[in-house]
Amino acid sequence: MNLLFVALIPFAGAIFVASISRLGRLYSAWGAGTVTLLALAFLYPTIADVFAEQTVIQRLRWIPTLGLDLTFRLDGLGLLFSLLILGIGILIILYARYYLSERDDMGRFYAYLMMFMGSMLGIVLSENVIQLLIFWELTSLSSFLLISYWQQRHESRSGARMALAVTGGGGLALLGGFLLLGEICGSYDLSVILASGDIISNHPWHLPMLLLVLLGAFTKSAQFPFHFWLPNAMAAPTPVSAYLHSATMVKAGVFLLARLFPALSGTPEWFWLVSMTGLATLLIAAYIAMFEHDLKGLLAYSTISHLGLITLLFGMDTPLAAVAAVFHIINHAIFKASLFMAAGIIDHEAGTRDMRRLRGLWQFMPHTASLAMVAAASMAGVPLFNGFLSKEMFFAETLYHTNQPWGWLMPIAATLAGVFAVAYSLRFIHTVFFNGKPVDLPKTPHEPPRWMKVPVELLVALCLLVGMLPTLTVEPILNIAAMGVLQGPVPDHDLAIWHGFNPALWMSIIALTGGIIVYLGRRPLSVLHDQIGNLFEFKSLYNNLIDFLFRTASQLTRLLNANSLQRMVLVFMLFTMVLGVTSFIDSPSALTGDRGLLPIDAVSLLITIILMMAALGTVIMHRQRLVSLILLGAVGLGVSLVFVKFSAPDLALTQLSVEVVTIVLMLLALYFLPQQSPKESSHSARSRDALIAVAAGTGVSLLVWAVLTRPYETIADYFLSNSVPGGGGTNVVNVILVDFRGYDTLGEITVLALAGLGIYAMLHRLKLPGSAADQQGRPWDSDLHPLIMASFVRLLLPLALLVSVYILLRGHNLPGGGFIAGLITAVALIMQYLANGVNWAQTRLTINMHTVISAGLLIAALTGMASWAFDHPFLTSTFGHLNWPVIGEFELASAMAFDLGVYLVVVGTTLLILTYLGFVHKESHTTRVRKRSR
Amino acid sequence: MEALVSILIGTLTGCGVYLILRNRTFPVVLGLTFLSYAVNLFLLVMGRLTIGKPPIIMEHMTEYADPLPQALVLTAIVISFAMTAFVIVLSLKAYLEMGNDHVDGKHKS
Repeated sequence: MNLLFVALIPFAGAIFVASISRLGRLYSAWGAGTVTLLALAFLYPTIADVFAEQTVIQRLRWIPTLGLDLTFRLDGLGLLFSLLILGIGILIILYARYYLSERDDMGRFYAYLMMFMGSMLGIVLSENVIQLLIFWELTSLSSFLLISYWQQRHESRSGARMALAVTGGGGLALLGGFLLLGEICGSYDLSVILASGDIISNHPWHLPMLLLVLLGAFTKSAQFPFHFWLPNAMAAPTPVSAYLHSATMVKAGVFLLARLFPALSGTPEWFWLVSMTGLATLLIAAYIAMFEHDLKGLLAYSTISHLGLITLLFGMDTPLAAVAAVFHIINHAIFKASLFMAAGIIDHEAGTRDMRRLRGLWQFMPHTASLAMVAAASMAGVPLFNGFLSKEMFFAETLYHTNQPWGWLMPIAATLAGVFAVAYSLRFIHTVFFNGKPVDLPKTPHEPPRWMKVPVELLVALCLLVGMLPTLTVEPILNIAAMGVLQGPVPDHDLAIWHGFNPALWMSIIALTGGIIVYLGRRPLSVLHDQIGNLFEFKSLYNNLIDFLFRTASQLTRLLNANSLQRMVLVFMLFTMVLGVTSFIDSPSALTGDRGLLPIDAVSLLITIILMMAALGTVIMHRQRLVSLILLGAVGLGVSLVFVKFSAPDLALTQLSVEVVTIVLMLLALYFLPQQSPKESSHSARSRDALIAVAAGTGVSLLVWAVLTRPYETIADYFLSNSVPGGGGTNVVNVILVDFRGYDTLGEITVLALAGLGIYAMLHRLKLPGSAADQQGRPWDSDLHPLIMASFVRLLLPLALLVSVYILLRGHNLPGGGFIAGLITAVALIMQYLANGVNWAQTRLTINMHTVISAGLLIAALTGMASWAFDHPFLTSTFGHLNWPVIGEFELASAMAFDLGVYLVVVGTTLLILTYLGFVHKESHTTRVRKRSR
Repeated sequence: MEALVSILIGTLTGCGVYLILRNRTFPVVLGLTFLSYAVNLFLLVMGRLTIGKPPIIMEHMTEYADPLPQALVLTAIVISFAMTAFVIVLSLKAYLEMGNDHVDGKHKS
């Protein structure tokens, strides 16, 4: 399973690197380097297999019931990319350690870089295309983080957002394409897909699938017309640009073309779509690159142009062109990474990247200049450098289609792009390093630190080695990589520098001389260019599109959300009623069913009438808040009587204790709120609301009536018959809570704890002056803690606690349990606060309620986990009987420990809420502080 | 008895709906409390009305009230307490931050 580790080590490494960065700035750099080497070490054992022309596939069962496996694949193409990602990655890590300044957070940088590296490795090592897509989207996300690394800069943020929007959007298209592809082939495994080229091209979904997949590849590889995100991503730190735009991010797009080449190529649609996009990108980007003033901007457009070249080669649809494409992927990664690093050095040491200000740097940094010159020569395609070889292969391939109509255009366009490439490479070298003396530079330029140049030197050495001794250096890896692309034998090719005076050489010669001429005539050309304006500036188009989207979205929101809660509630209510009425009309049936009715007795009638009068009274008196609150309390008590009547003793107990706590809480809150609601609503508004309320109430009444008069099927029999043998308790409701549906209860106490913490967060450090009088000016009672009540409540405490323990213990068999016991304890303690004052109680009850809540949650969760130790699923309960002396037989169920957890959470949360509401009062706050300061 | 329960639940719902349509926070919190009463009762009676047969296993008893809605409602009561507490504290906080207790955080007048 080494491939799994290769892809996942960098992700683990990201966490590692971020955590060790606290020890010191450079630890994270060392850590990142170690992680990369470790990934390389894990890759190593499989390399020999790949060179023996095998495809390594490793499968790990992930979710077998869904047919999901983690599958990894290593063939020549995957190996080539893995080596590029890791090899150039390690050079970037070294380079960035010198590039980043003291102010930059190194841990964050290297953590993002590791995440990105892992995502890229995941793409090139995936066998399953859906898994590939997940890593694909991860590269979009992690590149977003990398590009926006300097978060304080506006252009970083907007550039990163643009890159995410374009490549992430392309990723969505790719998902659609992969789903279609998987359905066409009947499998999401690349091994199957790559072997089903004929099935794919004859399938009716072929074209939509191809379009979606290409959309994903082209957005990632910044192909025209999606190229605009790449120059804007230059706001990233230079090591990021050097990594993303040479060997990784943008290469993911061409990797996809290479990966799916055997499955998708060979159709006219592939030829036209891919080659024309590549050709357009090649030409347009090379043209724009000549006129860029920003050093990195020039390199960005040159990158786009070279990606266009690679895309064009894949589009040409011949095996030899695919070999050339792979070769150019290697060469471009090498020379572009070194050029970006050189540009970063210049920016770092001269303080600017503007080519209108940079001049004559040769005399300040001859070493860097010579390195940059070699790399630029390679980019231009000068003989003896590696770029020349693949460009020559490219020129030769363009001649292949000349027998077709308009086929002669291809070599001409290719030569023209070559001319542009020579011109912008020349500009890069001549303008920056020669061309007079520098004027008005922010810094006096000098050579960078020794080790900052080492990565560039290594890459430049590779440029020369590959350029001069191609068969000895690059041939083996190129061969197996091309085999991975073609999934078959590699056609004959000759990596020689000299092929004789063939048309391709003439095209190279024309490109070189033409490039020099264009560079010499650049002044009139750039005047012309300025007059035409930048035709291919898509940034404003993109911005308009984004603006339009945001405007439409906010208009839609404004339409639906009138910024008025009342309006929204009104719409919601009306809509609910419309839903109810229409579904009733849709399936009309008799309102009354045929279930027998229970007789009405006088007590029930009386209680119901009192309840309804209290409810209506609350509504009528709602502007007198205190009165309505008291009436509400009466309704709550009435509801608990209803629970008693209908055989729900647990609910009655819960409702009773919750009611007490709720009313106390609301009274506390009301103390700080206005005592009355002003009369604001107009008469018509009130009538309208009353009408809606009556309609809603009638609807619910009819619904309840219709349900209650119908017989029903229940699953309760299972719980009733299994409660004693399975759960060891006779109180079925409690057994359901702590045993059958224990998982739900665990979730519910978590919600309860969260609500308590949320309230704590809102009230924390809040101080309010309590008013000395009510709103009519009547002073509050000066005797805050009446003696009789205070003494009585103190006496009551042990008794109440005893009751709550009793309720907790018996809960499994008789009405009671953690919820009820918790509330009773909370009420008993709250009484102390109310009768004796917050400070009095607080000095005696010093337990931190946060601890109680977390202890409760922990106990409940641990009880659940304990069943793992006995190889049972989470929250499996067990019970046994103990014989205690004196008391007699006593049942002990593991569910009781769970109930104890519930109890603690309820006590903790309730007290946390209520005591903190008490602390809000300024009076109690100041005395508390005073006490502490003593 | 069924009719009585239906009317009761309908009344509680109607009161709740009227109150949550008010423009001050405190009545809205009262309205939400009413709606929780109504919903809890509604859920309970989905197990139909049973008198005098609590779901506590005893000898010589063959019929019990449906325990499942009761278990659901028990946690619902506690959760709605947490919700009410959260909303009332939120309204308190809003009153302090905004200087008034209008549900939209502003004076209409």
